[in-house]
Amino acid sequence: MEKFTVLNSVAAPLMLANVDTDLIIRIERLYRLDRGELGAWAFESLRYLSDDRENPQFLLNQPPWRGARILLAAENFGCGSSREGAVWALWDLGVRCVIAPSFGDIFYNNCIQNGMLPLRLAAEQVESLAAEAKNVGGEISVDLAAQQVRTASGRLLAFDIEPGQRETLLKGLDAISLTLAYSAEIDKYQERDRMLRPWLYRKA
Amino acid sequence: MHSMAARTLFDKLWDAHVVADLGDDVALLHVDRQLLHDLSGYRALRELQRRGLQVRNPERAYAVPDHLVSSAPGRSGGNAEWSNLQINGLRSSCDKWGIRLFDVNDAEQGIVHVIGPELGLTQPGLLIVCGDSHTSTHGALGALAWGIGSSELVHVLATQTIVQKRPRRLRVHFSGRLAPGVEAKDLILYLIGREGAAAGTGYAVEYAGEAISELDMEGRMTLCNLSIEWGAKIGMVAPDARTCDWLKGRPHAPRERDWDAATTAWRALRSDAGARFDREIEVDACKVEPQITWGTSPQDTIAVSARVPDPSATNDIARRAAMHKALEYMGLVPGQAIAGTRIDRVFIGSCTNSRLVDLRRAAMLVQRAGRRVAPHVRAWVVPGSQSVKREAEAEGLDRIFLDAGFEWREPGCALCVGANGELIAPGERCVSTSNRNFVGRQGPQARTHLASPVMAAAAALAGEIADAREF
Repeated sequence: MEKFTVLNSVAAPLMLANVDTDLIIRIERLYRLDRGELGAWAFESLRYLSDDRENPQFLLNQPPWRGARILLAAENFGCGSSREGAVWALWDLGVRCVIAPSFGDIFYNNCIQNGMLPLRLAAEQVESLAAEAKNVGGEISVDLAAQQVRTASGRLLAFDIEPGQRETLLKGLDAISLTLAYSAEIDKYQERDRMLRPWLYRKA
Repeated sequence: MHSMAARTLFDKLWDAHVVADLGDDVALLHVDRQLLHDLSGYRALRELQRRGLQVRNPERAYAVPDHLVSSAPGRSGGNAEWSNLQINGLRSSCDKWGIRLFDVNDAEQGIVHVIGPELGLTQPGLLIVCGDSHTSTHGALGALAWGIGSSELVHVLATQTIVQKRPRRLRVHFSGRLAPGVEAKDLILYLIGREGAAAGTGYAVEYAGEAISELDMEGRMTLCNLSIEWGAKIGMVAPDARTCDWLKGRPHAPRERDWDAATTAWRALRSDAGARFDREIEVDACKVEPQITWGTSPQDTIAVSARVPDPSATNDIARRAAMHKALEYMGLVPGQAIAGTRIDRVFIGSCTNSRLVDLRRAAMLVQRAGRRVAPHVRAWVVPGSQSVKREAEAEGLDRIFLDAGFEWREPGCALCVGANGELIAPGERCVSTSNRNFVGRQGPQARTHLASPVMAAAAALAGEIADAREF
């Protein structure tokens, strides 16, 4: 998995609340295409007009936000369906970090699995970043090791992340290899469970 | 740490599955069963294979095609070549690993969250995951169940465990009883509307109180199913006598001596008196009216007797803008009565509301009304499983629907998400018993109104949004 250390980019102030994963990628696109091919269809219903032309009103179709690697959003980003393709579609679009006051729980974990940073800041802080992005512009810097966002004007905002997830992202760790080291414990659990709940171990 | 004091149902389930404490409230948890469907399940198996990993416990996995299968009568698979490729892929992967597959027209096939409980694969105390956000449904039987992404599913297949941060605990207490004509769907939509689409984020939710004890198992499944629509990936109800009665005799339920041992263990699965929750919410169930959504989030719900809300009534600028956008998409005007809004389609189905009880209630309304589906409306009934379909046909429900002009179709997810290519046309308005009214969910520019099965049946007959209590 690609490591996440420091990311410098403009931050696109999308600032919508309750962005669901259906909106990020339609299910049919997701399963007809492979990973790596989804970028063109991310935010499809917002990005294109009914005649398939780009919608010039949509933020990510406008310079300087096109190609932004950081998205700013309002609460509950990535709610709804568990489809991991929502993360892949954002990834294919070039996004590596989403900053929002809150995230859908499943989407949040899916980000960690893919080397993308879901970054929680207080709603006022995200709004101040959005205001700065619109009024001042320029790149912001996200430093995961320092758990700090440096705004375009040089302000520093600290953020929290669960330590294990931070390490996973920083080192690009593979969760499965880490867990396979617990094989003996898993065996032991299953042996004990067989005694505790024998009914689960008989053939139907 | 948690085991000494009074514990919640959630704590008991969590603690019982800890394989290793990884610190910072993160644990490696044992997964008892994983359910695989034709989208995320197949994708995970493919990825596992690509990485050269092994399925650790294939006997704990169960697979079923549901999203991609056609719901057309006489179907043999998907509606398109690409969907059949996926279904075939799932077949050969299951074959390779020795995973039990309930194939397209098998007697046990159906929507994954319908067949799990129905076959007795879902039981109190089990930790169940599936690459699908509506896995919260299984919590209705006192299982600890939640939806995961396909990478997490690969991890589960390879290790039979999942790494998870302990969520906070929330209890919703529903006092009083539901009024006649009000269903579990109304109760949960009302709650989501009141609390908001993000209120449950980060929580494992337990639903309790008189209204829940009184609720049939199917109603509890509807309730837990929609947990994710207010942000909670886990929703559950403590198992009781009704749970045990419902499970008894099901194909994978414990039998004979095992049954006694299992039910003894299940009876302990409830929150102890004095157990602490991080948050508690009270709802007066008597006050809830039949609900219908007006917008593009499940939180955009109102009583069917109400008017479409006016964005200018809110001071929150972002919320106002979102409401305007939703109303524009839905083609509704602030202040208009929602009842009487002309519709084009009706969908009775999905993992939320496609069980026998749901179909029975909808059919009874149709029979009672003695009316036919309005001429301009196309109305579908899609049973949640082959078993639901068989039982409904044995009761003659299919005849009631067919005689009234509904289409009676084959089990699967169908119009809920349109993964099988069955969609609502752009601009068309659909009253749907499914779970999401998101922009484009039922097809590009499709307009979805979520409601209960009786509300959907009433809308089909009236040709417009209508109050089911008047039928």
